[in-house]
Amino acid sequence: MRNIKDTGLIQEEPLIFELGRQGRRGYSLPRWDVKEAEPTDLIPSTLLREEWEGFPELSEVDVVRHFTRLSQWNYGVDSGFYPLGSCTMKYSPKVNEEVARWSGFAGVHPYQPEDLSQGILRLMYELEGFLAEITGMDHVSLQPAAGAHGELAGMMMIRAYLQARGERRKKVLVPDTAHGTNCSTSSIASYQMVEIKSNEKGVVGPEAVASEMDEEVAAIMVTNPNTLGLFEEHLKEIAEIVHRKGGFVYCDGANLNALMGIVKLGDLGVDVVHLNLHKTFSTPHGGGGPGAGPVAVKKGLAPYLPIPVVEKVGETYRLNEDRPQSIGKMKAFYGNFGVLLKAYAYILSMGSEGLRRVSEMAVLNANYLMKRLKGHYFLPYDRPCMHECVFTDRFQERFDVSTLDIAKRLIDYGFHPPTIYFPLVVKGAMMMEPTETESKQGLDRFIETMIEIAREAEENPELLRQAPQKVKVRRLDEVLAARKPKLKWTGEK
Amino acid sequence: MKDFLRYLPHTEEEGLQMLETIGVKRIEDLFEIVPKEQRLSKPLDLPGPLSEPDLIRHLQGLRSPILSSFLGAGAYHHFIPAVISAMTSRSEFYTAYTPYQPEISQGTLQAIFEYQTLMCQLTGMEVSNASMYDGASALAEAVLMARRITKRRKVLLSGAVHPEYRRVVQTYVDPDQGEIALVPYNEDEGRTDEKALLDLLDGEVSAVVVQSPNFFGVVEDLHPIAQKVHEKGGLMIVGFSEAIAYGILKPPGAVGADIVAGEGQSLGIPLSFGGPYLGIFTTLEKFVRMMPGRLVGETLDLNGKRGFVLTLAAREQHIRRERATSNICTNEGLCALMATIFLSCLGREGLREVAVMNLSKAAYAKKVASEISGCRPVFSSPTFNEFVLRMDRDPREVLDRLKEKGILAGLFLGRFYPELDHHLLVTVTEMNTKEEIDRWAETLERALR
Repeated sequence: MRNIKDTGLIQEEPLIFELGRQGRRGYSLPRWDVKEAEPTDLIPSTLLREEWEGFPELSEVDVVRHFTRLSQWNYGVDSGFYPLGSCTMKYSPKVNEEVARWSGFAGVHPYQPEDLSQGILRLMYELEGFLAEITGMDHVSLQPAAGAHGELAGMMMIRAYLQARGERRKKVLVPDTAHGTNCSTSSIASYQMVEIKSNEKGVVGPEAVASEMDEEVAAIMVTNPNTLGLFEEHLKEIAEIVHRKGGFVYCDGANLNALMGIVKLGDLGVDVVHLNLHKTFSTPHGGGGPGAGPVAVKKGLAPYLPIPVVEKVGETYRLNEDRPQSIGKMKAFYGNFGVLLKAYAYILSMGSEGLRRVSEMAVLNANYLMKRLKGHYFLPYDRPCMHECVFTDRFQERFDVSTLDIAKRLIDYGFHPPTIYFPLVVKGAMMMEPTETESKQGLDRFIETMIEIAREAEENPELLRQAPQKVKVRRLDEVLAARKPKLKWTGEK
Repeated sequence: MKDFLRYLPHTEEEGLQMLETIGVKRIEDLFEIVPKEQRLSKPLDLPGPLSEPDLIRHLQGLRSPILSSFLGAGAYHHFIPAVISAMTSRSEFYTAYTPYQPEISQGTLQAIFEYQTLMCQLTGMEVSNASMYDGASALAEAVLMARRITKRRKVLLSGAVHPEYRRVVQTYVDPDQGEIALVPYNEDEGRTDEKALLDLLDGEVSAVVVQSPNFFGVVEDLHPIAQKVHEKGGLMIVGFSEAIAYGILKPPGAVGADIVAGEGQSLGIPLSFGGPYLGIFTTLEKFVRMMPGRLVGETLDLNGKRGFVLTLAAREQHIRRERATSNICTNEGLCALMATIFLSCLGREGLREVAVMNLSKAAYAKKVASEISGCRPVFSSPTFNEFVLRMDRDPREVLDRLKEKGILAGLFLGRFYPELDHHLLVTVTEMNTKEEIDRWAETLERALR
């Protein structure tokens, strides 16, 4: 009986491959109503599988207990406050989950005839219109599956536009506060990245752009509000500088949650912007996707949008593939429709007034958080923020306590930590985005906890260094994981 | 009127208290930083707000009818056990994000580790990533990875690869950086034309891309192709759109694949008008550091207890930035979880049985169709759950006639292959009953008269 442990409700759970018994089954199939074929009669045996390695054999109960237990070791937005900066971990309305499961949506084949898909195409057409209105752009493609995918589509459109004019520009300007995806996207789109330093106020200054901008530059990729949570107040002027030399302004719209109904990116000179529907438009993050990353453009870039595009001819909706200048397809079919549907439902639920209030409350929450934590944690850019704010561990350093320790201690208090060590321009960054769906009581509890942790750092720093303790696993050895990668179960101890 | 407030907890009073703490008077003051002339002067032009019941009523009106269907071609109607939706509806899974904080994300991390293991077993490969957007984009990333490994420019792409996947590969490969040569399919067999492939294969080729079962449902003979590619120092990339086939087919890893990239929609993921789906990406251990996407690895915690973390992140955009192997960040985590639960329920016996049932039903439909005058199955090579029918009449008319009878009889191939303008791609899965197949055949026969 030595391996019986009193772990309470934090149960031990083996890997699925370590469960089950030969001969168990957790499935049932439609009844056999045709003769069972012998595979070797139809397919040469050299092409057939001979052996299986490892596959599990479980009953349905085994499967349900296993995954229920795994879910209990996870923390989601529904579990509590999740201030992961730049990820906009807002509440995902339940009704949207339910409607996405209706068979009239979830059971629809992408190649079914268009006359049977009119409602679905109408939904997509209208969603494109909503997103164009919110961003102040002219056209939208819903095809990209995630933000980085939308970025790639956007940069490819810019490349295609320039190439069609015989221009082979080589460089893309990217501020030092950018998401890593901006850098890798520009290089996958075959551009060389040139970093722009943000100024002492944490934003991109027009001078810095002007000094790098020339006819070799295809575009600048900016994020607005940027990853410090600050509004890029010179964007319009920057856009003019870039446009004057024939370049484009790409905006990473990951942080659109601060701007809805307040300002339109299109009015600031932005030519292309992608939107993360799983951030601003409430579709759930799924433990790392699926998301959706629609990309919106100004008129001039429209011919280059991915195919197909949804069109309305009279009262009929159709998918048009006949677009010779299109960059092509970013993925099979038309986009993550199951996600698009939820974003559409969200926008309709909120309406214009609701979306504006979303942005107002998101900004209110972030400023409240910033104001109340100032003094307890170091605030590198002490000025009004938008939807998120960035603190650092400078005050705690002298107690030999780091951002990582503070983050881990938050787990012991039942919170998800903020985004840490990003943006890179701030040493020991803690980037906090409360979102509008967090109540004042929730925020106050988090703030009081953060203040308590600051006190603990001073009085009992070991508590932070040893955190988290009230979890299933303690800090994990990431060096070991990378040095001797074990990326699958092999049956060996 | 304020129906949107159901997701916004602040009361007016709390709002005012918070403004006071911040030290401003009005909510507008928080947006001072936005130059006045840039701020919107009128509300956005959007419909709504809708209450929950009104929203439901509106969406009900947008649903599609579901007909008896013989459509496949990269999106398959398979049975999805109720367990999957029950488990993925647990909001601890679906409202979490990328597991950056492993101590409170062990559920997601262990599930991905199990997913990686299952994908290796399914495809016969050594390592799997945590998922890509879909089969098409996974294939495109495989082509880019082969170029990074071999430092060669040219890729040979079989014409029997799903036409949409080919289009995505074309989008991803910048013509200045690489060249794509199309390998024709053999018009009698429906397989990649091996002779034509050998003519194109030289020491400049980074990779050969073949799909099996291919777009026509035909099972390719991958082994001889892989041998030839390796002789020239290139890599063998195997794609697929119907993962269920690997319940009986030899996995690509057993016939010389270097990278396997395909679609996992068949593994418990709904059709949903084309997405979200699941890009499966597996390869050999020696290439692990060149892979795109997230990886979960096993490690130990402070107490020596087993746990899981995201690992080898030095390949990724948030660390490596412009030198990353891919720009992918958010992938298809929840779809990977669906596939994991699906395969856990089916196990080895279930996966084999469902594959045999697909094979048997499609074989039955093919036989029935071969007895109809005015149409015949073409392509002599073995097929899995899809096959191509040639008909004497214009298939578009035939499809319309069957649609009127409530049947989606197949996919018109002229849409993708101008030379196949009298051809239909027909898909039969375990969900098509014998009765339904018989009705399809009878209606088809009448339409062809």
